[in-house]
Amino acid sequence: MTDSVKNRERFSASSKQCLGARGLTKYFGDFAANSAVDLSVDEGEIHALLGENGAGKSTLVKMIYGILKPDFGDMDLNSEPYLPDSPSDAKRVGVGMVFQHFAVFNALTVLENIALGLEGRFPGAELAAEITELCERYRLHVELDRRVNDLGAGERQRVEIIRVLMQDPRLLILDEPTSVLTPQETEQLFTTLGRLSDEGRSIIYISHKLDEVRVLCDRATLMRAGKIIDVVDPRQESTRSLGEKMIGERLKETKRGKVKKSSNAKARLTVRVGDVYPESSSNVVLSDLYLTVAPGSILGISGVSGNGQDLLFDVLSGEISLPNPDSIMLDDAPIGHMGVEQRRIRGLLGAPENRLGHAAIPDLTLWENIILTARHTRGILKNKHLISGPAAKGFADEVIQTFDVRTSSVNAKASSLSGGNLQKFLIGRELLGRPKVFIVSNPTWGVDAKAQLFIHKMLIQMADAGASIILISQDIDELLSVTDRVCAICHGRLSRTFPTEEITPDYLGALMLGQDIES
Amino acid sequence: MIFVEARSETHWYHEWVAVFVALSLTVVTASILLAAMGLEPISSLQRIFIKPLNSVYGVSELIAKATPLITIGVALALGFRAGVWNIGAEGQLVMGGLCGGAVALAFWGIDGFWVMPLVLLGGSLGGLLWGAIPAFLKVRFNANEILVSLMLTYVAILLLSVMVHGPLRDPDGFNFPESRLLHEAATLPKLFSAGRGHLGFIFAIFFALLGTWIVKRWHLGFEMRVTGLSLSAARFAGYSRDRTVWMALLIGGGVSGFAGVVEVTGNIGQLVPNISPSYGFTAIIVAFLGRLHPMAVIPAGLLVALSYLAGEAAQLSLGIPAASTQVFQGLLLFFLLGTSLLVNYRVRFGRAT
Repeated sequence: MTDSVKNRERFSASSKQCLGARGLTKYFGDFAANSAVDLSVDEGEIHALLGENGAGKSTLVKMIYGILKPDFGDMDLNSEPYLPDSPSDAKRVGVGMVFQHFAVFNALTVLENIALGLEGRFPGAELAAEITELCERYRLHVELDRRVNDLGAGERQRVEIIRVLMQDPRLLILDEPTSVLTPQETEQLFTTLGRLSDEGRSIIYISHKLDEVRVLCDRATLMRAGKIIDVVDPRQESTRSLGEKMIGERLKETKRGKVKKSSNAKARLTVRVGDVYPESSSNVVLSDLYLTVAPGSILGISGVSGNGQDLLFDVLSGEISLPNPDSIMLDDAPIGHMGVEQRRIRGLLGAPENRLGHAAIPDLTLWENIILTARHTRGILKNKHLISGPAAKGFADEVIQTFDVRTSSVNAKASSLSGGNLQKFLIGRELLGRPKVFIVSNPTWGVDAKAQLFIHKMLIQMADAGASIILISQDIDELLSVTDRVCAICHGRLSRTFPTEEITPDYLGALMLGQDIES
Repeated sequence: MIFVEARSETHWYHEWVAVFVALSLTVVTASILLAAMGLEPISSLQRIFIKPLNSVYGVSELIAKATPLITIGVALALGFRAGVWNIGAEGQLVMGGLCGGAVALAFWGIDGFWVMPLVLLGGSLGGLLWGAIPAFLKVRFNANEILVSLMLTYVAILLLSVMVHGPLRDPDGFNFPESRLLHEAATLPKLFSAGRGHLGFIFAIFFALLGTWIVKRWHLGFEMRVTGLSLSAARFAGYSRDRTVWMALLIGGGVSGFAGVVEVTGNIGQLVPNISPSYGFTAIIVAFLGRLHPMAVIPAGLLVALSYLAGEAAQLSLGIPAASTQVFQGLLLFFLLGTSLLVNYRVRFGRAT
């Protein structure tokens, strides 16, 4: 991390309080999402909010931002009583929020999106000049006339941040901001945040990445099951001790053990494709794709979101089939021309990044979601055309048991599961089918630390059992701890592949930004 | 303060409670309207809604009206679940009536147990063909099926008119634009001693059962549902959008065509320029009133059929205008859709907890 961040020493006990919340309580039906939560954020402080998924962090910040109204409790902001009825109330008194799921309009340009967030502003040259000036001050780079549709996740996030900063907030809430960023982009963000904090603005920072919190934040409030567990100085804690406090039990390290050198093992999957054009012209084109995976090995593909990963996933999974059968070989059999279903029958399974709406359907039950990809196993389809409810429910139940999915029953809707539990269910759905090749995209995005460990462990176990795994991810720590070999994708081109133990995070970061790919 | 909050769990009986509340509100509002017109509400309501059902004749008439509504409503429910907006069931019904009627006329005077099945098959194929046109254009050129199927309705109605004014006109009919009366072997039997209720109603119930089976057990039905819920999940599952479009429109067209030929052979008994009082359009309302559940389409179809009878009764016995049918339908729909909010949300009075 940069020195500018490491050397920040502004937080002192004499600071004035910016936000104080006492006894905030929020019920959803009978479920207490927050009970008697206290939070205090000082002026100029970067305050971390740590907790597993479902711990109540989002509920808490939604109350602060006026999206939800607390059932009990009160808040004050800069020593004035504060109880926003709506986000516009919150904005008016200087509270801004950057969401994890971006609330941007894809069809509009960056400038138009920013103008929409500001009441009564016209997206013209005057506003553009103001934004440019602000971007320079905080080192946020975006092109104002591009359509948001064409932007990667990192850029979309910058649009959100600019939109919020244009309102000159005193208190800024960021929900898992670095989950889509490269290390370099993360550093830039930290520089921006450091500058904001130097100006006396307060920041509430929600993250799963404990390393970041330790470097960046002045204080951390830990939440579990809707309650405050502890308030600590993260710099006095180790990543491990923070993690344990957050989860409430001891963590085990996952680390890919030394694998037997399998460089001479025959590749199970070989992909050799010229150019692949996406359906919509605005997306990245994949060019000169070449990769191989051996049995029992995990190949990592890192990259900043929006550099062709989605298209790569579709090409590998078969959602986009290719004209030339030989372009993808699975165990010496050509499968490039096959669709998803035929490839799946041959043992190539996948778990896409987008869980609700791509991997699963939110409004269907868990057992119905089983049918989507696992229908060719365990007699779920009888006589090719009839659905066997009991067989699908049995399979769903097996996934739930084996992968420790927390849910009421197989009849629960997919949308009722937390991110981590749904991901465990969806990965379990594929892994129980004993894949030869498993392609998975950002499996731990928005997933809590415990589920993350569990998912990593499962992937490693599968590889040890002989599966070939391709892990597309934006999380460098994940790639470095789980994979055997790693490469990067940038503008639709793959870099060279390196053994994971020989690569540094910085070098991988450079690959993600396209340096070295030409050489 | 009044709060509307999402229910954490929904129960099966919530839907029934919602329907009951909606019916009660409709009756109360209708009473107020009737009272405002100077009529005695309770006895007027009784005369409009109860009296039409007080005889075998009345029930038979209700069933005759409900038959095409239920038959088409079931098929449309399957298509709407798949996200395919077939608005042209009326045209498919007309084509079914025309083609089935033409087959019946071709075999006019010939007896045989095979005539009726052949007539029904002819009608279904006519509707199927009419549904296939928007399906092909959608799959091949991504043409909007709403527009294509709707516009084809008017083509079908005009085609029927041309045929009964021309080739299919009764040679002994004094140039009236009507076909011959269909003979016995090409007529569906009546169900009751009085009224027009006919065997088609049994078919309608059968379609509702078949539709339920398609939704619950048939993999292709599941595939259509998934495609309707999320295209990208369907693609990941290996389901084809084109297959769903074809299935939805062929089912919609074939079944609407069947409803058309059933209407001609069971109810009208000949081809005339106007064989349907917009059953194909009203069935869209019926499908949604049944929340796109095939079995629930049955009571929905009966309810809408009753509102037709009620409108007629209101004209005849109370002397209020024909538009009252639409007022009753409007009230009913308004309250049914309004109370459907109660299925997924609950209203709480009091202060914040």
